[in-house]
Amino acid sequence: MRREDFPILARKVNGHPLAYLDNASTSQKPKQVISAVSDFYENHNSNIHRGIHSLSEEATEMYEDSHVKVARFVNADNGEIIFTRNTTESINLLAYSLCLGLKAGDEILLTEMEHHSNLVPWQQIALKGGLKVRFARVDDSGAIDMEHFSSLLGKRTRIVSVGHVSNVLGTINPVREISKASRDNGSVSIIDAAQSVPHMPVDVKSLGCDFLAFSSHKMLGPTGVGVLYGKRHILESLPPFLFGGDMIRQVDFGNSRFNDVPWKFEAGTPDIAGAVGLGAAVDYLGRIGMDAVLDHGRKLSDYARSRLLLTPGIELYGPSGKRGSLLSFNLKGVHSHDVAEILDRDGIAVRAGHHCAMPLMRKLGITGAVRASFYLYNSKDEIDRLESSILRVRKVFSK
Amino acid sequence: MTDLYQEHIMEHFYNPRNRGSMRDPDIYFKDSNPLCGDEVAIYARIRKGRILNICFLAVGCAISQASASILTEQVKDKPLAYVKGMTSQDLIGLMAIPLSHSRVKCAVLPLKVLQAGIVVYEGKHGA
Repeated sequence: MRREDFPILARKVNGHPLAYLDNASTSQKPKQVISAVSDFYENHNSNIHRGIHSLSEEATEMYEDSHVKVARFVNADNGEIIFTRNTTESINLLAYSLCLGLKAGDEILLTEMEHHSNLVPWQQIALKGGLKVRFARVDDSGAIDMEHFSSLLGKRTRIVSVGHVSNVLGTINPVREISKASRDNGSVSIIDAAQSVPHMPVDVKSLGCDFLAFSSHKMLGPTGVGVLYGKRHILESLPPFLFGGDMIRQVDFGNSRFNDVPWKFEAGTPDIAGAVGLGAAVDYLGRIGMDAVLDHGRKLSDYARSRLLLTPGIELYGPSGKRGSLLSFNLKGVHSHDVAEILDRDGIAVRAGHHCAMPLMRKLGITGAVRASFYLYNSKDEIDRLESSILRVRKVFSK
Repeated sequence: MTDLYQEHIMEHFYNPRNRGSMRDPDIYFKDSNPLCGDEVAIYARIRKGRILNICFLAVGCAISQASASILTEQVKDKPLAYVKGMTSQDLIGLMAIPLSHSRVKCAVLPLKVLQAGIVVYEGKHGA
């Protein structure tokens, strides 16, 4: 799929063509995105929502247009998309703003498979405010134990925040069901969609969640821009997270009135060029079609699983059926960093370590794992290279 | 390609010197590398300012384990002042392998642990 659009994929690493299998960390960028960013700096650079001059008007229009494109991409309405720095900041915004209205003893429900970004913000706010964070169990197949989840969803549950696709296991969680259960319980529902929006069609109306967070850099866009979708009526009543320029309507020495949504949540000069790049990334994905992206990722993930299942000494993690486009594994007796190091010598980039999910790692009884994660420019050939390189790791580590 | 995993490194990994723990050690210190979860604990017996005996327990990659083995072999019978003066580069030199920036942390973890243990020991007993 349009490999030639990605300039970096033409480079060699340690004398081998780059096989970039670390897409769950960050994706590569097509030239359409790179040139949208350069075009902004070369032709339109200016601050937004301020100057009464042509450049500022152009920059403002481009920046706001990216919001509209992103809204359309996830079927949100205009005004429901906030740009942050990344998924982590989107969740921090919610942790701060939503928890301001909570009382000691109120509960936040997460799962055991959350990325640190959907765990630490809640944990730290809870420590300060006497709130309680509860974790729905993950079963042996790598799925959320929904019975346990339902048993934890109770009178005191104010917030439910769950990852859509696990960045370690690849599990696709039943977030529509979870959002409905949360709504029926009167709890706010949040989806950490960092690993889903880049890889599959996501429709916030059909999911029925109150909030959904994701990052530009995992979906072909630049680093430095995160997205937070929120239902308009909740955003309107939610207090701002960061204060300062651009988020205000009227300021006196004593008090301030805030801007309309989404701008009251976007304090200070944002990453304007990055946002424009995200707009180009969304255009690019839209041209390919998210169904095609999903189909390609699923094929690669299934192929990788079928190959590694037959590779001696490999332990696979995560569900055997439907899974995001990633696969985590360990080679018996070899630390994941040693595996990654030797794969790198063959030009293969994978992630190794705890994947920002230390509690889940402890639950799996491992200190780390190797993760190969795929995107639209990867091929079966690269998975074959992964497999033969793993066999070479085995050789190096055979006594 | 396997310049990192040369024979002498793999030999230390599979047959570590001084692996084990010690009862009532004069020095005991444990630390981990948050990046990869490598964990090293070092135990040492001190006599007249020298390392009489030393051993370690480690979980982690081949590099940190081999490094702990090589380090403990090197510092046995040496004065504490010698260990305190050792730099990361000294240990990497002993390992004799090319290390990328992120793997340097794996390699020097045992040295950092031992040096931190010495600081604690000298805090109690005087330098």
